[in-house]
Amino acid sequence: MINKIVEGLAEAVSDIRDGAVILCAGFGAVGAPDELIDALHEQGARDLTIVSNNAGNGRTGLAGLIASGHVRKVICSYPRSSDSTAFDEAYKAGKIELELVPQGTISERMRCAAAGLGGFYSPVAVGTKLAEGKETREINGRLYVFEKPLKGDVALLKADRADRWGNLTYRKSARNFNPTMAMAAALSIVQVREIVPLGEIDPEGVATPGIFVDRVVELGGKR
Amino acid sequence: MKPLSRRQIAWRAAQDIGDGSYVNLGIGLPTLVADFIPDGREIVFHSENGVLGLGKAPSANEIDPDLINAGKGPASLLPGGSFFHHTDAFLMIRGGHLDYSLLGAFEVSGEGDLANWTTEDPDYPPGVGGAMDLAAGAKEVRVLCEHTTKEGAPRIRNACSYPLTAAGVVRRVYTNLAVLDIGRDGVLVREMVEGLGLVELQAKTEPKLRLADDWKPIAAPAV
Repeated sequence: MINKIVEGLAEAVSDIRDGAVILCAGFGAVGAPDELIDALHEQGARDLTIVSNNAGNGRTGLAGLIASGHVRKVICSYPRSSDSTAFDEAYKAGKIELELVPQGTISERMRCAAAGLGGFYSPVAVGTKLAEGKETREINGRLYVFEKPLKGDVALLKADRADRWGNLTYRKSARNFNPTMAMAAALSIVQVREIVPLGEIDPEGVATPGIFVDRVVELGGKR
Repeated sequence: MKPLSRRQIAWRAAQDIGDGSYVNLGIGLPTLVADFIPDGREIVFHSENGVLGLGKAPSANEIDPDLINAGKGPASLLPGGSFFHHTDAFLMIRGGHLDYSLLGAFEVSGEGDLANWTTEDPDYPPGVGGAMDLAAGAKEVRVLCEHTTKEGAPRIRNACSYPLTAAGVVRRVYTNLAVLDIGRDGVLVREMVEGLGLVELQAKTEPKLRLADDWKPIAAPAV
């Protein structure tokens, strides 16, 4: 029998190791797995590389993990937000490495890893500082930059509903990076509002098929 | 001579967006364009975080925390709207599926180079977000900006002094003084505000300007 449901947040993240590459979903606070990140913070793994669109805000979730020095490197498109002091301070103090990647390139690099491909040529960032040191190639008269796949050891995700096979649905713009990150990590862990019986999610409406999901934790609450 | 207000710049840009267009509005000045689409045109607004069919800003009791726009503010969805994941959102941007990408700018060059992602302020970590994707992929990239900086320096330059977002992509610029087209044979003045002459406009613009044979004054209503 397939049962991907785990009982608690602590159990869900218990075996994440020091030095892991963690894909953290979310666009700002929306669709971000804050409770799983807080559980990882408590678990104590260090020297982490975080892949995320932003670099956390406030003092909890990603910001908490960064503030307490558990993160060695952030790969993101936009670290600043209204309250990104945890990252800003660590960056200024030289305590954290930043790899800045255009938003669509981060996402496509993860999709590329998920699809088993060795990289892709993108027109984005050609002739800019973010293409420095990368191979540039002309294809059909247009310039492209070579981008490598980006694979996670772990993905921390947030969805709306799940079943025990790990099929997922999302709410509105909280979908964002979740489906791609689910596909691009060796171990995908999802916090959900609600776990429903197998068969209750309309197969036409499954946004992430369970093959990409390893663990599901139900949080309850409104969303 | 009276320069256009920011809302009038947005109004002018909105007049050129035809019925049925798929459009991404950048953060800041371009966002205002949504308020000025002429009656009777159906325009589908795209948001990089996975939304097509953005509607007007929701009222306080309609706010859904899971539905935000690219600026991370509350958003609404029109009938016919859809949600999708980040990789598809950027596939739409990068793959030429959007008719227009309307962007703000620090500087634009006479060759259509765009600088709008960093002023290299050493006090903050850099952030690129979706800027490079949005500049590289739409069928047509148009810029809305003030014609000069607060200090009076031209924003339309022979070469951008800030780091590039993309090279040779901008086709049209709407400023508070003029509507300019950027083509192979330089910068063409399509429209100017009432009472402004080419000599005066040239004094605020670095690249050599040519006046279109059919140029006309900008007729912007008080908005």
